[in-house]
Amino acid sequence: MENEKDVLEVRNLKINFNTYAGTVQAIRDVSFDLRKGETLAIVGESGSGKTVTTRSIMGLNSPNAVIDSGTIMFKGQDLLKKSRKQMDQIRGRDIAEIFQDPMTSLDPTMKIGKQIAEPLIIHKGMKREKAYAQALEMMKLVGIENAEQRINNYPHQFSGGMRQRIVIAIALVNYPEILIADEPTTALDVTIQAQILDLMKELQAKTNTSIIFITHDLGVVAGMADRVAVMYAGKIVEYGTVDEIFYNPKHPYTWGLLNSMPTMDTGGTELPSIPGTPPDLLDPPVGDAFAARNKYALKIDTEKQPPFFKVSDTHYAATWLLDKRAPKVTPPEPIIERQKHYAELVHQEIDKSKGNHVEEQEEQL
Amino acid sequence: MIDYSEENKILQVEHLKQYFNIGKPNEVRAVDDITFDVYRGETFGLVGESGSGKTTTGRAIIHLYEPTSGKIIFDGQDVSKLDSKSQKQKFRRDMQMIFQDPYASLNPRMKVKDIVAEGIDINHLAKDDADRSKQVEDLLETAGLNKDHSSRYPHEFSGGQRQRIGIARALAVQPQFIIADEPISALDVSIQAQVVNLLKKLQRERNLTYLFIAHDLSMVKYISDRIGVMHYGRMLEIASSDEIYAHPLHDYTASLLSAVPVPDPEYERARVQIPYDASQEFDGKERSLVEIVPHHWVRASEDEIPMYQKRAREDSRLKQ
Repeated sequence: MENEKDVLEVRNLKINFNTYAGTVQAIRDVSFDLRKGETLAIVGESGSGKTVTTRSIMGLNSPNAVIDSGTIMFKGQDLLKKSRKQMDQIRGRDIAEIFQDPMTSLDPTMKIGKQIAEPLIIHKGMKREKAYAQALEMMKLVGIENAEQRINNYPHQFSGGMRQRIVIAIALVNYPEILIADEPTTALDVTIQAQILDLMKELQAKTNTSIIFITHDLGVVAGMADRVAVMYAGKIVEYGTVDEIFYNPKHPYTWGLLNSMPTMDTGGTELPSIPGTPPDLLDPPVGDAFAARNKYALKIDTEKQPPFFKVSDTHYAATWLLDKRAPKVTPPEPIIERQKHYAELVHQEIDKSKGNHVEEQEEQL
Repeated sequence: MIDYSEENKILQVEHLKQYFNIGKPNEVRAVDDITFDVYRGETFGLVGESGSGKTTTGRAIIHLYEPTSGKIIFDGQDVSKLDSKSQKQKFRRDMQMIFQDPYASLNPRMKVKDIVAEGIDINHLAKDDADRSKQVEDLLETAGLNKDHSSRYPHEFSGGQRQRIGIARALAVQPQFIIADEPISALDVSIQAQVVNLLKKLQRERNLTYLFIAHDLSMVKYISDRIGVMHYGRMLEIASSDEIYAHPLHDYTASLLSAVPVPDPEYERARVQIPYDASQEFDGKERSLVEIVPHHWVRASEDEIPMYQKRAREDSRLKQ
């Protein structure tokens, strides 16, 4: 591991899918780290490769997926080199996943107590009674009332929000190192969504689990994430801390995403939108895949893929606009507003750290 | 500006009740006595959680159900009392629907041109084949597709493009009123904005009236002129979209708004969610919509009116 705080390191991952129409290049060189106890949000449109990335961490990609290159290092071992049997042991014990649809991710014919206790019995060889006692504990932790009675209920006896709580209980019952949450609240109402998100934060604080959170809802990202990776057409195009991505975005695609979500204050006749549709990954374009939809595209964008340019120690973006030879462009108005806000934030931080410094000196005296 | 005068009402929903499984133990009161009006040229947003009855309301308005009781008056006529075939056909032309799921709402075995032209054929709106093709091409262009798309099948299109086909189909019969039931929920963020812009543009050009049903509150706020909040089959609050977002009067509306995630990390860190206790809706008191501030209605009982007036006054919108 390059960094001792990292629990997971994905390097140069390339995944292709063999289909009748040809080879789809779903993941085109993706690298990222996941740190202990943090929430990393991966955002992007459908087809950008968010889910394929996490599926490969779980070893759950479909049989026509071909791993072209790359490593996924977890506890010093490459998950891509594990056999199916070995992955079966890791899944549910060290790495767990919550899926989008709480209606289909539970077994309708099995009482929920058994479903929550099962990972303990399988992975830890726990005795039935002990496992059920722990399952009960977990049900209380995720906020299911009358847990003693409800442990014998079937999934259909619960509402959507309650079912998602049960799914979370199953995923966390072994205190996994990593929790992958793939659009866990997309199927839920806003009020229920808020409860589930609060629950996830609360449990994360208790268990220090690292979360990979996949969503296309930037509002949810703003509330949940410590760091954000923006994906487009099988690549990460920008990553940074949540404040850096929201207040100081550098990639035109990130600008487009932030702009096309109306806030409660958005007015006017036209909502800024990203024109066109994502490229066909059967035959990805040469150069920057976003160029065709990007009004800030430069000539080089159609010729050569941009490398990552460093914005800060934690913030990188793959756009030629950051090259020092690139012409200065003016981002859309709302983005400039965000950047102004960011400048103020950073300023406040500096003032604060200066203040602390002075205090320290005084103490020393 | 929209003309909110009595004669500009295009749709009046009066005491609509829509029950299912009546008299059986599993009776569902999906819509329980709601009343509201929609004016010509406006977008009326209907928001609420799943199960609040917003979709049932939309379906009752387009007369997919026979109302249990109450009236739906469209363009001056009670939709339950359309007797002659020509009246029914006119109603079916004037009111169209755009559905949530762009994958399930297009027949996979039909070519795009036949999907779009189905309404044209049924209503004999085309003189001949050439006219039919011309109309279809124009409609596709209006919806942001191109005419080469007309001989393809739905599976060849992305979700956003399919929703555009659904919009072209709805427009084919030149409707006045379109019910859009969660038309963008299944689409990606960047595509949502495209479809919303298209709907707004069409509204300006064709003076369309929309009933926009959704649970995404920020998008509803953006597209709607007025908003109605539904909960447990009842309408709890109606006001202009700016008013309802800035000064919600009902506790449920305030709670719903406080739960919406905002794409701003600082705001999210500071966000306080307002809890809501639904039991207050079931204390057995008679309640109806009361106009607390001009054009701002809240479902209240007699003795709650002073409380809401006080709330409005504290927001200094009601003169002392």
